Amino acid sequence: MVDNTHYEALGVPRDASADDIKRAYRKMARKYHPDVATDPDADAKFKAAGEAYSVLSDPESRAAYDRYGADWDQPRPEPDQQRAGAGSRWGGGFAFDDRDINADSFRDFFGGRFGGGFGGGFDRSAMQRDQHARIEIPLEDAVAGAKRAVTLQMPQLDQTGHVTMEQRTIDLTIPKGVMPGQQLRLRGLGTAGGDLFVEIAFQPHPVYRIEGRDLFVALPVTPWEAALGGKVKMPTPTGKVDLKIPPNARHGQKLRLRGRGLPGAQKGDLYAVLHIVNPPNLSQKARDLYRQLASESSYDPRSNLGA
Amino acid sequence: MKKAVKRNPSVDMIETLTLSELTIFCDTNADWVLGLVEHGIVTPIAKPSTELQFEPAHIARARKASRLMRDLGLNFAGVGLVLDLIEERDALARKLAMFDTYDHA
Repeated sequence: MVDNTHYEALGVPRDASADDIKRAYRKMARKYHPDVATDPDADAKFKAAGEAYSVLSDPESRAAYDRYGADWDQPRPEPDQQRAGAGSRWGGGFAFDDRDINADSFRDFFGGRFGGGFGGGFDRSAMQRDQHARIEIPLEDAVAGAKRAVTLQMPQLDQTGHVTMEQRTIDLTIPKGVMPGQQLRLRGLGTAGGDLFVEIAFQPHPVYRIEGRDLFVALPVTPWEAALGGKVKMPTPTGKVDLKIPPNARHGQKLRLRGRGLPGAQKGDLYAVLHIVNPPNLSQKARDLYRQLASESSYDPRSNLGA
Repeated sequence: MKKAVKRNPSVDMIETLTLSELTIFCDTNADWVLGLVEHGIVTPIAKPSTELQFEPAHIARARKASRLMRDLGLNFAGVGLVLDLIEERDALARKLAMFDTYDHA
Protein backbone atom coordinates (compact mmCIF):
# COMPACT_ATOMS: atom_id res chain seq x y z
CA MET A 1 0.00 0.00 0.00
CA VAL A 2 1.65 3.22 -1.17
CA ASP A 3 1.63 5.92 1.46
CA ASN A 4 3.01 9.44 1.13
CA THR A 5 2.33 10.78 4.65
CA HIS A 6 5.96 10.79 5.75
CA TYR A 7 7.21 12.45 2.56
CA GLU A 8 4.49 15.07 2.82
CA ALA A 9 5.32 15.70 6.48
CA LEU A 10 8.85 16.68 5.41
CA GLY A 11 7.73 18.35 2.18
CA VAL A 12 10.05 16.24 0.00
CA PRO A 13 9.33 14.08 -3.09
CA ARG A 14 9.49 10.28 -2.88
CA ASP A 15 12.81 10.23 -4.71
CA ALA A 16 14.46 12.74 -2.35
CA SER A 17 18.06 11.94 -1.45
CA ALA A 18 19.09 11.07 2.11
CA ASP A 19 20.70 14.52 2.35
CA ASP A 20 17.51 16.25 1.20
CA ILE A 21 15.57 14.35 3.82
CA LYS A 22 18.00 15.28 6.57
CA ARG A 23 17.97 18.93 5.50
CA ALA A 24 14.17 19.04 5.34
CA TYR A 25 13.88 17.44 8.76
CA ARG A 26 16.35 19.85 10.37
CA LYS A 27 14.49 22.79 8.91
CA MET A 28 11.13 21.50 10.15
CA ALA A 29 12.56 20.69 13.59
CA ARG A 30 13.87 24.26 13.93
CA LYS A 31 10.66 25.82 12.71
CA TYR A 32 8.18 23.70 14.63
CA HIS A 33 10.07 22.82 17.80
CA PRO A 34 7.47 23.16 20.59
CA ASP A 35 9.90 25.17 22.71
CA VAL A 36 10.40 27.68 19.91
CA ALA A 37 7.26 27.86 17.78
CA THR A 38 4.16 29.87 18.61
CA ASP A 39 2.07 28.33 15.82
CA PRO A 40 -0.75 26.30 17.43
CA ASP A 41 -0.18 23.44 14.95
CA ALA A 42 3.54 23.31 15.71
CA ASP A 43 3.37 20.30 18.06
CA ALA A 44 1.58 18.15 15.51
CA LYS A 45 3.91 19.22 12.70
CA PHE A 46 7.01 18.64 14.80
CA LYS A 47 5.80 15.22 15.80
CA ALA A 48 4.87 14.30 12.22
CA ALA A 49 8.28 15.45 10.96
CA GLY A 50 10.05 13.45 13.69
CA GLU A 51 8.08 10.31 12.90
CA ALA A 52 8.72 10.78 9.19
CA TYR A 53 12.44 11.31 9.75
CA SER A 54 12.75 8.29 12.03
CA VAL A 55 11.38 6.13 9.21
CA LEU A 56 12.95 7.82 6.18
CA SER A 57 16.44 8.40 7.60
CA ASP A 58 17.10 4.67 7.85
CA PRO A 59 17.56 3.05 4.41
CA GLU A 60 16.00 -0.24 5.57
CA SER A 61 12.92 1.23 7.14
CA ARG A 62 12.57 3.68 4.26
CA ALA A 63 12.60 0.79 1.77
CA ALA A 64 10.03 -1.08 3.86
CA TYR A 65 7.88 2.06 4.07
CA ASP A 66 8.10 2.67 0.31
CA ARG A 67 6.98 -0.92 -0.26
CA TYR A 68 4.35 -1.47 2.45
CA GLY A 69 3.26 2.08 3.37
CA ALA A 70 1.93 2.90 6.81
CA ASP A 71 2.04 -0.77 7.89
CA TRP A 72 5.74 -1.10 7.08
CA ASP A 73 6.70 -2.16 10.60
CA GLN A 74 3.98 -4.80 11.05
CA PRO A 75 5.28 -8.32 11.63
CA ARG A 76 5.92 -10.04 8.31
CA PRO A 77 7.97 -13.17 7.66
CA GLU A 78 10.24 -12.71 10.66
CA PRO A 79 8.17 -10.94 13.26
CA ASP A 80 10.83 -10.75 15.97
CA GLN A 81 13.41 -9.09 13.80
CA GLN A 82 10.89 -6.67 12.39
CA ARG A 83 9.81 -5.66 15.86
CA ALA A 84 13.34 -5.16 17.05
CA GLY A 85 13.90 -2.88 14.08
CA ALA A 86 10.80 -0.92 14.90
CA GLY A 87 11.85 -0.53 18.49
CA SER A 88 15.28 0.78 17.69
CA ARG A 89 13.97 3.88 15.98
CA TRP A 90 13.12 5.41 19.35
CA GLY A 91 16.74 5.35 20.37
CA GLY A 92 18.21 7.57 17.66
CA GLY A 93 20.56 10.43 18.43
CA PHE A 94 19.48 13.42 16.37
CA ALA A 95 15.85 12.51 16.64
CA PHE A 96 12.69 13.85 18.11
CA ASP A 97 11.32 13.81 21.60
CA ASP A 98 8.84 11.09 22.45
CA ARG A 99 5.85 13.36 22.52
CA ASP A 100 3.23 10.71 22.90
CA ILE A 101 0.91 12.75 24.93
CA ASN A 102 -2.62 13.18 23.77
CA ALA A 103 -2.69 16.84 22.89
CA ASP A 104 -6.38 16.77 22.09
CA SER A 105 -7.26 15.71 25.60
CA PHE A 106 -5.33 18.66 26.93
CA ARG A 107 -7.16 20.99 24.65
CA ASP A 108 -10.46 19.54 25.79
CA PHE A 109 -9.74 20.30 29.40
CA PHE A 110 -7.72 23.44 29.18
CA GLY A 111 -8.79 24.96 25.92
CA GLY A 112 -5.29 26.10 25.25
CA ARG A 113 -2.28 25.14 23.26
CA PHE A 114 -0.37 22.18 24.47
CA GLY A 115 3.30 22.66 23.97
CA GLY A 116 5.35 19.90 25.44
CA GLY A 117 5.43 16.24 26.11
CA PHE A 118 7.07 13.42 27.84
CA GLY A 119 10.78 13.27 27.68
CA GLY A 120 12.83 10.16 27.87
CA GLY A 121 12.91 7.12 25.66
CA PHE A 122 11.15 3.83 25.79
CA ASP A 123 14.40 2.01 25.27
CA ARG A 124 15.70 2.55 28.77
CA SER A 125 16.79 -0.48 30.67
CA ALA A 126 15.77 1.00 34.02
CA MET A 127 12.14 0.12 34.62
CA GLN A 128 11.29 2.98 36.91
CA ARG A 129 11.11 6.25 35.04
CA ASP A 130 10.02 9.76 35.80
CA GLN A 131 7.73 11.24 33.20
CA HIS A 132 7.26 14.86 32.21
CA ALA A 133 4.22 16.67 30.92
CA ARG A 134 3.25 20.31 30.47
CA ILE A 135 -0.15 21.90 30.89
CA GLU A 136 -1.49 25.36 30.16
CA ILE A 137 -3.78 26.75 32.81
CA PRO A 138 -5.87 29.89 32.90
CA LEU A 139 -4.38 32.66 35.04
CA GLU A 140 -7.38 32.42 37.37
CA ASP A 141 -6.34 28.87 38.41
CA ALA A 142 -3.00 30.18 39.66
CA VAL A 143 -4.68 33.03 41.53
CA ALA A 144 -7.29 30.95 43.34
CA GLY A 145 -6.02 27.36 43.01
CA ALA A 146 -8.12 24.80 41.11
CA LYS A 147 -8.86 21.16 40.47
CA ARG A 148 -8.57 20.01 36.87
CA ALA A 149 -9.09 16.62 35.26
CA VAL A 150 -6.05 16.03 33.04
CA THR A 151 -5.85 13.24 30.49
CA LEU A 152 -2.40 12.01 29.54
CA GLN A 153 -1.07 9.18 27.47
CA MET A 154 1.98 7.68 29.02
CA PRO A 155 4.08 4.58 28.70
CA GLN A 156 3.53 1.91 31.32
CA LEU A 157 5.06 -1.52 31.80
CA ASP A 158 2.73 -4.48 31.85
CA GLN A 159 3.39 -7.64 33.89
CA THR A 160 5.53 -9.13 31.15
CA GLY A 161 7.72 -6.04 31.02
CA HIS A 162 6.35 -4.73 27.72
CA VAL A 163 5.72 -1.05 27.26
CA THR A 164 2.11 -0.17 26.56
CA MET A 165 0.57 3.25 26.15
CA GLU A 166 -1.94 3.90 28.84
CA GLN A 167 -4.45 6.69 28.89
CA ARG A 168 -4.72 8.22 32.28
CA THR A 169 -7.04 10.77 33.77
CA ILE A 170 -5.67 12.52 36.80
CA ASP A 171 -7.61 14.83 39.09
CA LEU A 172 -4.87 17.38 39.43
CA THR A 173 -4.94 19.93 42.23
CA ILE A 174 -3.34 23.14 41.02
CA PRO A 175 -1.95 24.94 44.07
CA LYS A 176 -2.62 28.63 44.53
CA GLY A 177 0.37 30.76 43.57
CA VAL A 178 1.92 28.51 40.88
CA MET A 179 4.07 30.35 38.35
CA PRO A 180 4.87 29.64 34.71
CA GLY A 181 7.72 27.13 34.58
CA GLN A 182 6.88 25.73 38.00
CA GLN A 183 6.99 21.96 38.30
CA LEU A 184 4.43 19.91 40.17
CA ARG A 185 5.57 16.48 41.32
CA LEU A 186 3.03 13.66 41.47
CA ARG A 187 4.78 10.89 43.32
CA GLY A 188 4.50 7.40 41.93
CA LEU A 189 2.55 8.38 38.81
CA GLY A 190 5.45 7.99 36.37
CA THR A 191 6.39 4.68 34.74
CA ALA A 192 6.70 1.73 37.13
CA GLY A 193 6.48 3.87 40.25
CA GLY A 194 8.58 6.80 39.01
CA ASP A 195 7.28 10.31 39.49
CA LEU A 196 5.24 12.42 37.09
CA PHE A 197 6.36 16.03 36.75
CA VAL A 198 3.88 18.51 35.34
CA GLU A 199 5.23 21.85 34.15
CA ILE A 200 2.83 24.78 34.47
CA ALA A 201 2.37 27.28 31.66
CA PHE A 202 -0.22 30.04 31.48
CA GLN A 203 -2.68 30.42 28.66
CA PRO A 204 -2.52 33.84 27.03
CA HIS A 205 -5.05 35.99 28.87
CA PRO A 206 -7.37 38.42 27.08
CA VAL A 207 -7.20 40.99 29.88
CA TYR A 208 -3.97 40.58 31.86
CA ARG A 209 -0.36 40.71 30.76
CA ILE A 210 1.96 38.84 33.11
CA GLU A 211 5.48 39.95 34.03
CA GLY A 212 6.88 37.82 36.83
CA ARG A 213 4.25 38.05 39.58
CA ASP A 214 2.98 41.43 38.39
CA LEU A 215 -0.09 41.83 36.21
CA PHE A 216 -0.85 44.65 33.79
CA VAL A 217 -4.29 45.70 32.55
CA ALA A 218 -4.86 48.15 29.72
CA LEU A 219 -7.59 50.28 31.27
CA PRO A 220 -9.57 52.49 28.88
CA VAL A 221 -10.70 55.86 30.22
CA THR A 222 -12.51 58.75 28.53
CA PRO A 223 -10.68 62.07 28.02
CA TRP A 224 -12.82 63.70 30.73
CA GLU A 225 -12.20 60.84 33.21
CA ALA A 226 -8.48 61.32 32.59
CA ALA A 227 -8.79 65.11 32.92
CA LEU A 228 -11.01 65.26 36.00
CA GLY A 229 -9.86 62.12 37.82
CA GLY A 230 -12.19 60.12 40.02
CA LYS A 231 -13.17 56.53 40.62
CA VAL A 232 -13.64 53.96 37.84
CA LYS A 233 -14.34 50.22 38.05
CA MET A 234 -11.51 47.96 37.02
CA PRO A 235 -11.15 44.17 36.86
CA THR A 236 -8.80 42.17 39.08
CA PRO A 237 -8.43 38.36 38.96
CA THR A 238 -10.50 38.16 42.14
CA GLY A 239 -13.24 40.61 41.13
CA LYS A 240 -13.93 44.25 40.33
CA VAL A 241 -12.48 47.05 42.42
CA ASP A 242 -12.70 50.86 42.38
CA LEU A 243 -9.59 52.57 41.05
CA LYS A 244 -8.90 56.21 41.82
CA ILE A 245 -7.67 58.08 38.76
CA PRO A 246 -5.64 61.18 39.63
CA PRO A 247 -6.72 64.47 37.99
CA ASN A 248 -4.97 65.28 34.69
CA ALA A 249 -3.86 61.67 34.21
CA ARG A 250 -1.60 60.84 31.26
CA HIS A 251 -2.20 58.29 28.50
CA GLY A 252 0.01 55.31 29.40
CA GLN A 253 0.20 56.28 33.07
CA LYS A 254 0.60 53.25 35.33
CA LEU A 255 -1.43 53.05 38.54
CA ARG A 256 -0.37 50.38 41.00
CA LEU A 257 -2.64 48.24 43.15
CA ARG A 258 -0.26 46.73 45.64
CA GLY A 259 -0.58 43.00 46.26
CA ARG A 260 -3.30 42.43 43.65
CA GLY A 261 -1.01 40.48 41.30
CA LEU A 262 -0.18 36.78 41.53
CA PRO A 263 -0.26 35.34 45.05
CA GLY A 264 2.79 33.84 46.74
CA ALA A 265 5.32 34.52 49.46
CA GLN A 266 6.04 37.82 47.69
CA LYS A 267 2.71 38.92 46.26
CA GLY A 268 2.81 40.60 42.89
CA ASP A 269 1.21 43.97 42.11
CA LEU A 270 -1.51 44.81 39.62
CA TYR A 271 -0.92 47.78 37.31
CA ALA A 272 -3.63 49.63 35.43
CA VAL A 273 -2.14 51.22 32.30
CA LEU A 274 -4.42 54.08 31.28
CA HIS A 275 -5.54 54.27 27.67
CA ILE A 276 -7.41 57.44 26.81
CA VAL A 277 -10.21 56.50 24.42
CA ASN A 278 -12.61 58.79 22.57
CA PRO A 279 -16.25 57.72 22.31
CA PRO A 280 -17.16 56.38 18.86
CA ASN A 281 -19.69 59.19 18.38
CA LEU A 282 -19.81 62.71 19.77
CA SER A 283 -23.15 64.42 20.35
CA GLN A 284 -23.64 67.97 19.09
CA LYS A 285 -23.52 69.18 22.66
CA ALA A 286 -20.28 67.35 23.40
CA ARG A 287 -18.78 68.85 20.26
CA ASP A 288 -19.79 72.33 21.40
CA LEU A 289 -18.22 71.72 24.81
CA TYR A 290 -14.98 70.57 23.15
CA ARG A 291 -14.99 73.76 21.04
CA GLN A 292 -15.31 75.75 24.22
CA LEU A 293 -12.35 73.79 25.69
CA ALA A 294 -10.31 74.37 22.53
CA SER A 295 -10.76 78.13 22.84
CA GLU A 296 -9.73 77.96 26.51
CA SER A 297 -6.46 76.07 26.04
CA SER A 298 -3.28 77.08 24.26
CA TYR A 299 -1.49 73.77 24.92
CA ASP A 300 0.40 72.46 21.86
CA PRO A 301 1.44 68.79 22.30
CA ARG A 302 3.48 69.01 19.05
CA SER A 303 5.67 71.91 20.09
CA ASN A 304 8.85 69.80 20.28
CA LEU A 305 8.28 67.98 16.98
CA GLY A 306 9.20 71.06 14.98
CA ALA A 307 5.75 71.02 13.39
CA MET B 1 -5.00 1.24 25.04
CA LYS B 2 -5.61 0.69 28.72
CA LYS B 3 -7.41 3.25 30.77
CA ALA B 4 -6.85 4.21 34.35
CA VAL B 5 -8.16 6.95 36.53
CA LYS B 6 -6.14 8.25 39.43
CA ARG B 7 -8.09 10.26 41.95
CA ASN B 8 -6.53 13.18 43.79
CA PRO B 9 -2.87 12.25 43.80
CA SER B 10 -0.74 14.24 46.22
CA VAL B 11 0.90 17.20 44.51
CA ASP B 12 4.19 18.78 45.59
CA MET B 13 5.06 22.19 44.24
CA ILE B 14 8.79 22.07 43.55
CA GLU B 15 10.50 25.10 45.11
CA THR B 16 14.15 24.14 44.55
CA LEU B 17 16.17 21.24 43.19
CA THR B 18 19.77 20.45 44.14
CA LEU B 19 22.41 19.89 41.47
CA SER B 20 22.01 16.10 41.72
CA GLU B 21 18.20 16.33 41.61
CA LEU B 22 18.34 18.65 38.58
CA THR B 23 20.70 16.19 36.90
CA ILE B 24 18.10 13.42 37.24
CA PHE B 25 15.30 15.81 36.33
CA CYS B 26 16.98 16.70 33.03
CA ASP B 27 18.02 13.09 32.43
CA THR B 28 21.63 14.15 32.14
CA ASN B 29 24.85 14.41 34.15
CA ALA B 30 26.25 16.97 36.58
CA ASP B 31 28.86 18.21 34.08
CA TRP B 32 26.12 19.15 31.65
CA VAL B 33 24.27 21.18 34.32
CA LEU B 34 27.57 22.84 35.33
CA GLY B 35 28.08 23.67 31.64
CA LEU B 36 24.74 25.52 31.71
CA VAL B 37 25.89 27.38 34.82
CA GLU B 38 29.26 28.27 33.27
CA HIS B 39 27.51 29.70 30.22
CA GLY B 40 25.13 31.72 32.39
CA ILE B 41 22.13 29.84 31.03
CA VAL B 42 20.94 28.92 34.52
CA THR B 43 22.03 30.46 37.79
CA PRO B 44 22.02 28.66 41.13
CA ILE B 45 20.75 30.33 44.30
CA ALA B 46 23.68 31.99 46.07
CA LYS B 47 24.40 29.64 48.97
CA PRO B 48 28.14 29.05 48.95
CA SER B 49 28.75 26.24 51.46
CA THR B 50 26.04 23.77 50.39
CA GLU B 51 25.26 21.84 47.22
CA LEU B 52 24.08 24.07 44.36
CA GLN B 53 20.34 24.71 44.35
CA PHE B 54 18.10 25.91 41.56
CA GLU B 55 14.77 27.77 41.56
CA PRO B 56 11.70 26.91 39.42
CA ALA B 57 12.38 29.36 36.57
CA HIS B 58 15.91 27.94 36.19
CA ILE B 59 14.68 24.35 36.47
CA ALA B 60 12.30 24.96 33.57
CA ARG B 61 15.05 26.68 31.60
CA ALA B 62 17.45 23.78 32.12
CA ARG B 63 14.90 21.29 30.88
CA LYS B 64 14.05 23.41 27.88
CA ALA B 65 17.77 23.67 27.13
CA SER B 66 18.12 19.89 27.28
CA ARG B 67 15.25 19.40 24.79
CA LEU B 68 16.55 22.06 22.40
CA MET B 69 20.13 20.78 22.49
CA ARG B 70 19.00 17.23 21.84
CA ASP B 71 16.37 17.98 19.19
CA LEU B 72 18.21 20.70 17.27
CA GLY B 73 21.82 19.66 17.84
CA LEU B 74 22.73 22.95 19.58
CA ASN B 75 25.76 23.60 21.79
CA PHE B 76 25.73 25.61 25.04
CA ALA B 77 26.40 28.96 23.38
CA GLY B 78 23.69 28.31 20.81
CA VAL B 79 21.05 27.21 23.28
CA GLY B 80 21.82 30.18 25.55
CA LEU B 81 21.27 32.55 22.65
CA VAL B 82 18.05 30.76 21.59
CA LEU B 83 16.59 30.86 25.11
CA ASP B 84 17.42 34.56 25.53
CA LEU B 85 15.91 35.42 22.15
CA ILE B 86 12.76 33.39 22.87
CA GLU B 87 12.32 35.23 26.17
CA GLU B 88 12.76 38.59 24.46
CA ARG B 89 10.37 37.62 21.69
CA ASP B 90 7.73 36.45 24.16
CA ALA B 91 8.03 39.62 26.26
CA LEU B 92 7.67 41.76 23.14
CA ALA B 93 4.69 39.71 21.93
CA ARG B 94 2.98 40.25 25.30
CA LYS B 95 3.62 43.98 25.16
CA LEU B 96 2.47 44.17 21.57
CA ALA B 97 -0.76 42.32 22.38
CA MET B 98 -1.48 44.94 25.03
CA PHE B 99 -0.63 47.79 22.66
CA ASP B 100 -2.84 46.30 19.94
CA THR B 101 -5.81 46.15 22.30
CA TYR B 102 -6.52 49.88 22.11
CA ASP B 103 -4.05 51.51 19.79
CA HIS B 104 -4.71 49.48 16.66
CA ALA B 105 -8.39 48.68 16.45
